[in-house]
Amino acid sequence: MSINLSALDRPNSYIGRTVPRPNAPRLAEGRGTYVDDITLPRMVHVAFYRSPHAHARIGRIDAEAALAVPGVLRVFTGRDIAAVCSPWVAVLAHLKGLKSAPQHAIAVDRATWAGEPVAAVVAESRAAAEDGLAVLEVEFEPLPVVAEMETALDPETPLIHPELGDNLAFRRVHEAGDPDGAMASAAAVVEATFHTGRHTGVCLEPRSILAAYNRAENQLTVHHSTQAPHMIQTVLAKHLDMPEGNVRVICGDVGGSYGIKVHVYPDEMATAAIAKIMGRPVKFVADRIESFSSDIHARDHRIKGRLGVDAEGRIVALEIDDLTGIGPYSVYPRTSAIEGNQVVNLCGGPYDFANYRARTTVVLQNKTPTCQYRAVGHPIACAVTEGLVDLAAEAIGMDPVEFRRRNLVRDDAYPYTSAANMRFEGLSHHQSLAKLVEMMDYDALRAEQARLREAGIYRGIGIASFIELTNPSPFMYGIGGARISAQDGCTVRLDPDGSVVALSGVTEQGQGTEAMLAQVVAEGVGVPVERVRIITGDTQVTPYGGGTWASRGAGIGGEAALQAGLALRANILEVAGAMLQAAPETLDVIDGEVVEKATGRARMPLGELGRIVYFRGDTLPKGLPREMVATRHYITSDYPFAFTNGIQASLVEVDVETGMVRLLKHWCVEDCGRVINPLLVDEQIRGGIVQGLGGALYEHCVYSEDGQLLTANMADYLVPMAAEMPDMVVAHVETPTKESLLGAKGAGEAGTAGAPAAVMNAINDALRPFRARVTAMPFTPERILAALGRIPERRF
Amino acid sequence: MAEAEFSTLVEVSLRVNGERVSRRVEARRHLIDFLRLDLGLTGSHAGCEHGVCGACTVRVDGEIVRGCLTLAAQLDGADVWTIEGLSDTGEVRDLQQAFVARNALQCGYCTPGMLATCADLLERSPAPSRAEIREHISGNYCRCTGYEAIIDAVETVAAARRAATGQVAIGQATIGETAE
Repeated sequence: MSINLSALDRPNSYIGRTVPRPNAPRLAEGRGTYVDDITLPRMVHVAFYRSPHAHARIGRIDAEAALAVPGVLRVFTGRDIAAVCSPWVAVLAHLKGLKSAPQHAIAVDRATWAGEPVAAVVAESRAAAEDGLAVLEVEFEPLPVVAEMETALDPETPLIHPELGDNLAFRRVHEAGDPDGAMASAAAVVEATFHTGRHTGVCLEPRSILAAYNRAENQLTVHHSTQAPHMIQTVLAKHLDMPEGNVRVICGDVGGSYGIKVHVYPDEMATAAIAKIMGRPVKFVADRIESFSSDIHARDHRIKGRLGVDAEGRIVALEIDDLTGIGPYSVYPRTSAIEGNQVVNLCGGPYDFANYRARTTVVLQNKTPTCQYRAVGHPIACAVTEGLVDLAAEAIGMDPVEFRRRNLVRDDAYPYTSAANMRFEGLSHHQSLAKLVEMMDYDALRAEQARLREAGIYRGIGIASFIELTNPSPFMYGIGGARISAQDGCTVRLDPDGSVVALSGVTEQGQGTEAMLAQVVAEGVGVPVERVRIITGDTQVTPYGGGTWASRGAGIGGEAALQAGLALRANILEVAGAMLQAAPETLDVIDGEVVEKATGRARMPLGELGRIVYFRGDTLPKGLPREMVATRHYITSDYPFAFTNGIQASLVEVDVETGMVRLLKHWCVEDCGRVINPLLVDEQIRGGIVQGLGGALYEHCVYSEDGQLLTANMADYLVPMAAEMPDMVVAHVETPTKESLLGAKGAGEAGTAGAPAAVMNAINDALRPFRARVTAMPFTPERILAALGRIPERRF
Repeated sequence: MAEAEFSTLVEVSLRVNGERVSRRVEARRHLIDFLRLDLGLTGSHAGCEHGVCGACTVRVDGEIVRGCLTLAAQLDGADVWTIEGLSDTGEVRDLQQAFVARNALQCGYCTPGMLATCADLLERSPAPSRAEIREHISGNYCRCTGYEAIIDAVETVAAARRAATGQVAIGQATIGETAE
């Protein structure tokens, strides 16, 4: 059942209303508190010596010169840290066959990627620590490098971890129906090979941690720029061999995360270990170059796809062969097999067909480890699917919009189980498509495109339908053995002055979690939103929860907050009933006052109720429950995930002389169920779209054959900047999930999921008169000119 | 040794956010570190430390500069304004309010630098087109918003400032009429 929004005109009905973010003015005045803004007494700084080789045996480490540098206090090797911090192996039981090797916070014998920490220098300042690094002597014996994922499994390729037997981390094959038979009977079969370029998150605030250890109490307090404070608490306690209760993780303002800050990083673990060894606060803030070489990368995939259609243009079969390189280790604790697994789960997701075969092959290589990054696997699956769909439409001479109309799962077909066995509670592909076509005036754009083509101007229109996995249950990680909470909780408290404090296990990364929670709590309790204060990001204070990942904040954290708010309201009404000699069910709380439900007549402000409860409890009947605090937890259980859907369109102009792509406009219709704050949802979509456009057009972690990252600064690694980005039109269809009262699903990743596919299809639409096509991201001018045959093709 | 150490330290006296500041700084100290570490002005952020991302943008002698490409030792006699000062004087309040109202900031890490850049634009160009706004902030990286909200906010403030100026003119005309 889902909340009744017919009461939207009540004074404190905030669900569905644009309310400004309570934390935004502070950030706009530069008064936020990011980890690097915190200074503690006796604090020291650590800097890491990182392997210059992609694969090398670590020889003698001579710290003498480093220790002589003024301000340098200590030098730590891998062995020093291993004495207090145990290694980890990132596998999950439900990803059958996934293997990885033990990984240390600081490499002990071997460095396995260029950028892996091999020693740490601690000094009174970061600058002094870097002076120490400059004279630290480390001997290396270079080893053969496995850089190329295509040959990673060849018998002649050296093994990265000989004890694993091969360089295969994970393989999964999924088959449904009779793909071979269906392909054989298809009227047309199209096929293509796609590459999604390895890229990374480039959070403007680099990864940051400040770990303080108090020996007297065996207490570790960690200020951390993270998405998952409780997960980090658990991991720190386990590997530093401490009781979980003695580890507190505090997460203040976070300068962007996008999935980058939901993983366990060796340098951050080492920082906490050093704090424990030295018994004083230790700060580590990555600089930009180490961010590029040590933040997780993502989306390094080569995908071969085949799609069969019948004469009416209906999809009859889809075949996917995915290959991805994940670096030398699976990343802890979420693992690096999830992305490939998602490609298998999500390809073909929006479409109604039964015959499917998909394989993902996840291999090890000597490059920076990859792991989950915003929209995990979705942009890949969407690009492959939508690229093939456009090819198929072209093959049978059908307009791409009409082709989608024939193949998208019908809006009345739910519940529906996809060929990949994903279960959908309720999606709105057709309604979304219809809205998109109308919004962009598709026919007029096509007419304009044809007109301009006559004049030698090549515009393209690209469409991409997508699904997005949100509100994950324990099926995502918990069932595999990871101590990552899919449940989340909220505690709501009424203070004597009638104000409300809510503590939540979900976290704020700038997406507006705290605004969303304030709105939901205000509506749940019945108070003005400005009277609600939200507290997140402190494991010692908030209910245990998962934090921010897989678009779960609003759907899961929001529902817990709503239920807690409603429970507090019920508690308030019970006390109010006793005070006012009225049955609680005849009363309500509206706009911070207890009112008569039938007439709306004000009976008592909450401040007065608070005064009586807290200071004159003697005047209330003995035994009257007077809990002005309520906690509720929420976990999804009917479906493993709440899928959302949407559709995007991109309009581009390609300069066929220079290969430059100009983004003229972008549209998105998406359905995240109940929209709690329309402005915040729209801005999640816009920001997500631009992040997707970055991967499609600019961003690329380019490696040399010997495993050196060639794009490790912001001049060489291009990110979307304002001048190149388009204006974006965003609209919604609302299909609330019936599983929760709130009805919200996630919205944070939808933009990123569909944008690369839309722009790829738009570019290829523009190039169609030249019979040219690009399928390798990023779509640089060089690649477009090569596709046009104007310059030779180059491999990279 | 003492001599070598001495030669790396430079005396500077400058004004920061309107207040006099005198420090002895290492010759290699960048302005962004000087502001954050020596003066505790943590509103300006270090993003890339090689002059690309714009997170450390501050105003020096009326011009916006990269705090990571400017040495503190260069700034003897300079007049420096950071987000803290620009907020306290109210100079960018309308921009800040528009950013909040339009949700033109998410994580907020780029915002102080972005605001300094936007204020610089509006000082030079009271009626910038969307393309001009995009061009002017094209040295300020924002990973969260996708920029459109920022463009909208700046456009709104530019229009409001023009209207306010216009209102003054209308007000004067009204006074003139009354005098007649």
